Amino acid sequence: MTALDALTPQAPPPAEVTGGGGAGPWRSAWRRLRRNPAGIVGAVIVLLFVLVAVLAPLLAPFRPATSEWFGEVTPTSVPGPSDEHPLGLDSYGSDLLTQLIYGARSSLVIGVVSTAVGLAVGALLGVLAGGIGGWVDTVIMRLVDVLLSIPSLLLAVSVAALLGRSPVSIMLAISAAQVPIFARLLRASLLAQRGQDYVVALRSLGLRQRRIVVGHMLPNSLGPVLVQATLTLATAVIEVAALSFLGLGDPNPAVAEWGRMLVTAQDRLDQAPWLALYPGIAIAVTALGFTLLGEALREALDPRSGR
Amino acid sequence: MLTLVVRRLALLVLVLFGLSLLLFAWVRALPGDPARALLGEKATPAGIAAVNERYGFDQPVWQQYLTYLGQIVRGDFGASINTGEPVVTTFFERFPATIELSLAALVLAIVLGIPLGYLAARRRGGWLDNAVVGGSLLGVVVPVFFLAVLLKYLLAIQLGLFPTSGRQDARIDATHVTNFYVLDGLLTREWDASWDALVHLVLPAIALGSIPLAIIVRITRASVLDVLSDDHVRTAEAKGLSRAVISRRHVLRNALLPVSTTLGLQAGALLSGAVLTETVFSINGIGSYLFDAVTQLDYPVLQGFILFIAVVYALVNLVVDISYGVIDPRVRVS
Amino acid sequence: MTGVSLLDVEDLRVRFQRKGQPATTAVDGVSFSVDAGEVVGLVGESGCGKSVTSLAVMGLLPRRGTSISGSVRFDGTDLLALSPSELARRRGRDLAMVFQDPMTSLNPVLTLGRQLTEVLRAHTDLDRAAAKKEAVELLGRVGIPDPRRRAGEFPHQLSGGMRQRVLIAIALACSPRLIIADEPTTALDVTIQAQVLDLLTTLVRESGTAMVLITHDLGVVAGTCDRVNVLYAGRVVESAPRGELFAAPRHRYTQGLLAAVPRVDAPEGTPLHPVRGSVNDRLAWEVGCAFAPRCAHADAACRVPDIALSGPRPEHTARCVHPAGTPLEVA
Repeated sequence: MTALDALTPQAPPPAEVTGGGGAGPWRSAWRRLRRNPAGIVGAVIVLLFVLVAVLAPLLAPFRPATSEWFGEVTPTSVPGPSDEHPLGLDSYGSDLLTQLIYGARSSLVIGVVSTAVGLAVGALLGVLAGGIGGWVDTVIMRLVDVLLSIPSLLLAVSVAALLGRSPVSIMLAISAAQVPIFARLLRASLLAQRGQDYVVALRSLGLRQRRIVVGHMLPNSLGPVLVQATLTLATAVIEVAALSFLGLGDPNPAVAEWGRMLVTAQDRLDQAPWLALYPGIAIAVTALGFTLLGEALREALDPRSGR
Repeated sequence: MLTLVVRRLALLVLVLFGLSLLLFAWVRALPGDPARALLGEKATPAGIAAVNERYGFDQPVWQQYLTYLGQIVRGDFGASINTGEPVVTTFFERFPATIELSLAALVLAIVLGIPLGYLAARRRGGWLDNAVVGGSLLGVVVPVFFLAVLLKYLLAIQLGLFPTSGRQDARIDATHVTNFYVLDGLLTREWDASWDALVHLVLPAIALGSIPLAIIVRITRASVLDVLSDDHVRTAEAKGLSRAVISRRHVLRNALLPVSTTLGLQAGALLSGAVLTETVFSINGIGSYLFDAVTQLDYPVLQGFILFIAVVYALVNLVVDISYGVIDPRVRVS
Repeated sequence: MTGVSLLDVEDLRVRFQRKGQPATTAVDGVSFSVDAGEVVGLVGESGCGKSVTSLAVMGLLPRRGTSISGSVRFDGTDLLALSPSELARRRGRDLAMVFQDPMTSLNPVLTLGRQLTEVLRAHTDLDRAAAKKEAVELLGRVGIPDPRRRAGEFPHQLSGGMRQRVLIAIALACSPRLIIADEPTTALDVTIQAQVLDLLTTLVRESGTAMVLITHDLGVVAGTCDRVNVLYAGRVVESAPRGELFAAPRHRYTQGLLAAVPRVDAPEGTPLHPVRGSVNDRLAWEVGCAFAPRCAHADAACRVPDIALSGPRPEHTARCVHPAGTPLEVA
């Protein structure tokens, strides 16, 4: 608190100022979100990314990873843009634009699936730990601590070594790294609510613990979980690329995957730098979109956090 | 403080023990004959016999585990199936490169990050603050390997300011004592070798440093903003201390506490990033070794790697915890 | 007032301007003075501007978004006209401050000794060893047992009352001529409050230091101050010697405040009378008496701009159109 904060009279909550019917927390959060330009930019990027990923078969001029024009690629040159191929070819002789579009698809699928798995498992552990407490809490949190203390790269390497090189390995590795994040988040949120008056009131009404946790406390944790999931998607997109960059993904080198495309582009960095530029920018912009959206959501749901 | 160290070391031993059990079970859980699974495509009758002898797959399981544990304790992680080289030997050849790179990146991030974060907070809302906040966002969303590729293309290939790959020019006939090339040059007084190694480090260190830099800047800024509004800073002002003393002793010192904790958490990310950066700049560190091991499922190397990294990681975090206790008296006592 | 006072605050105004919000006036023309060795109280509810007044005098308000006008003369020089570094040289040496919250006002990562020696080293020629010795001495003077050991300890190892003693020691370290104590006991346990207040007043009286005591608690004022200024909505509404203020308050707000204080000597069953409403229901002084909306005696006559402080004697003035009976009536 600065002297300023201490002195200015408390501003009335924004919901009352703007009025409007049924100013619930979600509604006022939505209003704050719409007024945040960075959040809108993020949302637009995310929306575009999802559209491109979902509509890839319609948008892409060709099929991915075909190496159809492999004959046109020589050891010293990769064909650039032409009428047929707006961005040219990649070094395996597939259409670069097609590869990029399908790359969005694989990023989205792996990112979303791994985050969903990480969220589901993490949330379950967190709810069990925070909702039941006692020894269940202790055991789960120790487990989570151990999981957290393993560097994510190690986790990924172990999973890939166990299951072989495939997108599934990447998914599992990324979700394993996310489990502790969500578990801690939910547990902390439940614990913070446990002492609150409304929970005590519900208990005094004779409601069962499970009803209270599932019906009342969990919905209140939805906001932070949503924020975390969005931010996690940003790191997931980068992690997917990083792990496939390391060769842990699909063994097929010509696969339409941004990280993979960056690796192969390196051999031709001096002759065709754009081969590296496009997928790199795609990864960065997508991650930026999810980050901006996540930060904006955080500020919208908790106006005091803005800094 | 001592109890903390002892307790943490005990925990480390426990974790390693558990980890070794897992790794042991892992190889046994591979489908089919373990020796054949270990060797994969390279399985020959002679090879299988050798592996069986080493791991004692024909003995009872508990005895196999004891043998395995004994080998680990003696630092014997076996030999790479690909190269036949003992895993430990290769580690000591290659790990220094990774550490050298990580340290260079970390130093760069700290030296730049803390002053930038501090200045941004002090001039909150100014152009520097906006640049720092925007820059740290970029640092988070631009993947290290992409930044590495960009730097390599622009500054090395196009402008020729820096070497494109490796740790040292091959024409320099340097003596390697520790395999930390910069240090080696200093030890043997081959200044040009040190300098050359340093020049080779610049681009990789910048690329890798971008992750911790972005995080250090953010945390420092937020933390300085927090401390600036603390009552004790006003007390310091009321004492009539000079601005410089207040900044150093009462703001920065307190603000660095959260920064130091974050540094510990960065060790894992730094390692992953180092592996990626090494790939781009063809540095013969742990990264390419790991890459080969993963693609060819070289189990002894993978096992050794996992145990080794776990130890390094745990030790780094221990050091961070101890240093945290040194700067924060509240932690020291409890 | 006789001659030149040690501290002379005249028509002090502080306005805060924050981006996107209307400016707020926290201090709206406060004037008061403190003579050497005198203890003067500034009393009022929270939000009346007393803390901001003290921070403005010390030059501790954030620069950005704050505009200050009027004058703060300390020993003849206008503190508001000094450069930040000139002011810093005087802070801690000529005028010092004791803050409200001892739990947060000390730096958690420095030893108590260090936090004392740094004031001494900043304003005196003492070397490290001498400053250390002096610091231990000061800790002893404010009643901290085993001061030598305590000097090496950190704030979190001390109770709130002990920490407030340390803050008092810090304020007294360079024997300043004026101490501003902002609610020095509010954050403490009731049992400790009296001890700390006693210590503060005793030390101040002994050393002949003048003190501005800021509080919302008339009880605190009763036992310590020579003179009292009552603040309301950013202005002094009544200024009087302590005895007169309690015996014959003239401003209706002061009266209300006194009626709200429980008294041990009152007959059992005497009801307390809270001042109704809150500081937020107020008029701008440019329109009329800011207290009018809460005042039982207010009428149309109270709605005149900028009511002046007035009274039969210059020592006791009130900013009121319908003041409570003259001292004669009460007597």
